[in-house]
Amino acid sequence: MTPLEITGSLGIVGYGLGAIGPGIGVGLIFASVIQGTARQPEARGAMMGTAWIGFAVTEALAIIGIALAFVFG
Amino acid sequence: MSGFLSGLVPLDTGGFEAPGVQSFDFPPFFASVPWFDKYMLQAIVSVILILAFWLIMARKNAMVPSKGQFIGETAYFFVRNTIARDMIGHDFRRYLPLLIALFSFVLINNLFGVFPLTLLPTPSHVGWPYGLAIMVWVIYNGVGIAKFGLFGYLKNTSLPAGVPVFMWPLIIPLEFVSNIIVRPITLSLRLFANMFAGHLLVLVFVLGGEYLLLHSESIVNKTAGVVALIFSMAIFGLEIFVQSLQAFIFTVLTAQYISSATAEEH
Repeated sequence: MTPLEITGSLGIVGYGLGAIGPGIGVGLIFASVIQGTARQPEARGAMMGTAWIGFAVTEALAIIGIALAFVFG
Repeated sequence: MSGFLSGLVPLDTGGFEAPGVQSFDFPPFFASVPWFDKYMLQAIVSVILILAFWLIMARKNAMVPSKGQFIGETAYFFVRNTIARDMIGHDFRRYLPLLIALFSFVLINNLFGVFPLTLLPTPSHVGWPYGLAIMVWVIYNGVGIAKFGLFGYLKNTSLPAGVPVFMWPLIIPLEFVSNIIVRPITLSLRLFANMFAGHLLVLVFVLGGEYLLLHSESIVNKTAGVVALIFSMAIFGLEIFVQSLQAFIFTVLTAQYISSATAEEH
């Protein structure tokens, strides 16, 4: 009896698993920006600046996943 | 009726060549000069443009600025205030030329990805972010070693203040790997992967839309092709945003690494 055989791109499955963490992370960043703006609307500018920096750093991990999924077959 | 339903059959992708790593393969222009390919040409053109821009900006200094001078001053003050002064602190002037050069170079080469004559972001070839990240690594380590000496700098980097002695075997390798080894890797891969994935996304929409519109049979596929081509304009807009953001992030992180390498103990 043939055991279960799964074919396809393992890299894309790895990317899918690797995108869970950054997805939660980016959600947390912008959730805190929204809450902070609700508490103190005049601090919005400084918070948005830091939010974009945090977004790019967190998003990098997911983007590295998709790029390496293509590079490694 | 059957003509409409036949459009719902899955498209035979035998004729469509999906974009992948091979889409980034640009052979050199002259076989005798193997290093001169499209990436190198774009980088050389970008350096000429940046040098011309900043040299012209450094020359015209009217008291009431004209439009061109205003744009240049805005760019300069953006890097100086938002990135250099806020991140590095009081002796930021030493590093300001580096940060302005990095920001200009990465921004112009990223924007080549949406510029009509080039349509290829230079950092999508991994060698370019590697080179930039190696240069930044040498600089922030060198600055730290020049200020504190080799062992002083390593102590500052690997050992934050106020850590109890029993945690040292855990903290020191962790901080060393995180600050000295992982930083250049993530710095380069962040820029490379964003440009690579973004360009791949644009290619999927444009090439897929063109294939669906011109090389498929049913009206449903052709409509999908038109929608894909129109939506690729929105993807171009997203790419402009991501490219500018990545140039900003690269410069901000460089300033942050220099700042934390030269930070005094509290």
